[in-house]
Amino acid sequence: METFLSVTGKLAQGFGTTLALFFLTLLFAIPLGLLFACISRMRFKPLRFLMRAFIYIIRGTPLLLQLMIVVYLPGIAFDHPLTKWEIFHGDVALSYFCGALFAFVINYACYFAEIFRGGIENIPKGQYEACEVLGMSRSQTFFKVILLQVIRNIVAPMSNEVVTLVKDTALARTVSVVEIYFAASEILRLQFIIWPLFYTGAFYLGFSALVTLLFGMLEKRLSRYWR
Amino acid sequence: MALLEVDTLTKSFGDTRVLKGISFDMESGEVLSIIGSSGSGKTTLLRCLNFLETADGGSIKVDGQAVFDAADPSLLSPKAIRHNRTHFGLVFQSFNLFPQYNVLQNLTLAAMMKAKEDTPDFSKRKKEITEELNNRALDLLKRIGLSEKKSNYPCELSGGQQQRVAIARALMLTPRILCFDEPTSALDPELTKEVLRVIKDLKAAGNTMIVVTHEMEFARNASDKVIFMAKGIIEESGTPEELFTSPKSPLLKSFLKQ
Repeated sequence: METFLSVTGKLAQGFGTTLALFFLTLLFAIPLGLLFACISRMRFKPLRFLMRAFIYIIRGTPLLLQLMIVVYLPGIAFDHPLTKWEIFHGDVALSYFCGALFAFVINYACYFAEIFRGGIENIPKGQYEACEVLGMSRSQTFFKVILLQVIRNIVAPMSNEVVTLVKDTALARTVSVVEIYFAASEILRLQFIIWPLFYTGAFYLGFSALVTLLFGMLEKRLSRYWR
Repeated sequence: MALLEVDTLTKSFGDTRVLKGISFDMESGEVLSIIGSSGSGKTTLLRCLNFLETADGGSIKVDGQAVFDAADPSLLSPKAIRHNRTHFGLVFQSFNLFPQYNVLQNLTLAAMMKAKEDTPDFSKRKKEITEELNNRALDLLKRIGLSEKKSNYPCELSGGQQQRVAIARALMLTPRILCFDEPTSALDPELTKEVLRVIKDLKAAGNTMIVVTHEMEFARNASDKVIFMAKGIIEESGTPEELFTSPKSPLLKSFLKQ
C-alpha cells in the first residue's frame, strides 16, 4: 500500500508534465494551425506551395524524428546545444521541455491546419452566395453564418487528433522530458517494479475519456439543430 | 417607364461565351419566365442581375437608374454593388437556408444586420427594431402558410417548406425584383405545387418577378412574358400564348416538343 501511494505520487508528478505539454501544445498549435490553414489557402501561389510542402513534410515524417531534430540538431550541427541557450538560464529540464513543446506545436499545427482547411472548404458555395444576395458584408458572412458551420465540421476530426495528442505526449520521454511514462520507467530502473508502467495506462485512459466526453458534449450541442 | 432595363449584357467564362448580348425590359408587377435548355445561359443571366457574376459588357437599369454598367467602374466597387444589389432578391435552386438558425432567425438575420448598419442609434432602439422585424417575418410566414414552423430548424422542414422559407427570407429585404433560379428543380411534383402556389400568390400581390424555370405549365399560366434562351441569346420572346401556341423559332419548336 505504501509503495502504491508513493508510486502514485511520482506518476502524478510526471502526469503534471504530461498535462502541461498537452495543454500548451493545444494553446499554441490551434492558432498556429489556423494561420497555416489561411496560408495554404492563399491566392499567392509561391507561399501557398511552400506552406503545403511544409505541411506535407511534417505530416509525412514521424514525430519522434522531429523531436530528435529539434532537440539535438542545434548541438550537433551548430555546436549550440539547446541546454546552453541563454533563455533557459541553465535549466536543463526546461530546455528539453521547451524543445519538445516546439516540436509538438509544429507537428500538431500542421495536422490542425489540414483539418481547418477541410472544414472551411467543405462549406457549400451556396451559403456564401445566399449571404451575398442578402446584402451581408464579408465579415458578417464569416462570423454570423460560416464560422459556426466550420466549427461543426471540425469537431469530430479535432476530437480524434486531440485524443491522439494525449498519447503522443509519451514520446517526449525520448528527449528527456520527465512525463508520466518516463517517471514509470525510472521506477522500474531504480526499484525494479514493473506494474507502474501499466498503471500509467489508467492515467492516459482516464484523461482520454475526459477529452472524448468533452468533445462529445460539444458535438451534441452543435448538432442539436442540424443534420 | 420600365422598371428593369437590361441592355446587351455579355458574359464569358474563359473562351466560352455564355451570354452574347441579352436585352429585355420589364414593367413593375410583371412576371417574366425564362425558359431554355441547360447551358443556354439562363442561370448566368440571373446571376449577373444579382451581382453573383460580373457581366463583361452591357448595362442594367432599375427605374431608369444605372445599377450596372460594364463601362462605368464607379458602379463596380464593392460598396456600390452592395447597395445596388438590394434592388434584387434571389431564390436558389438548393434553398441555401442557414442550418444553424431557425426559420424566424433565417428571415431576420440579414435584415437585422442591415438595420444595425443603417440605424445610427441602433443600440438604443434595438428592442423596437427587433420586434418590428420579427413581426414582419411572422407576417411573411403567415402568407406562405408556415407560421407554426417559426421555431423549427431548416433540417426539420420538407424541401417545399424550405423553399418557401427561402422565398420569405428574400422578401424580408423588400427587393424591387425577386428572381428565382429553378426554384422547383430539387423538388418532387407535390412539393413543386406548393412552391408554385406561393409564387402565384406573390404575383397576385403585385410582386415583380423573374423566374428561370423548367415548369412549362407554370411559365404558360403564371407569367406575363416569356423569354426563350438558346446558346446565349434570346431566341424568342413574347406573351405565353405567342411562345407556346405559335412558336416561330425552330429551336423553340423542338424545345417544346420534348
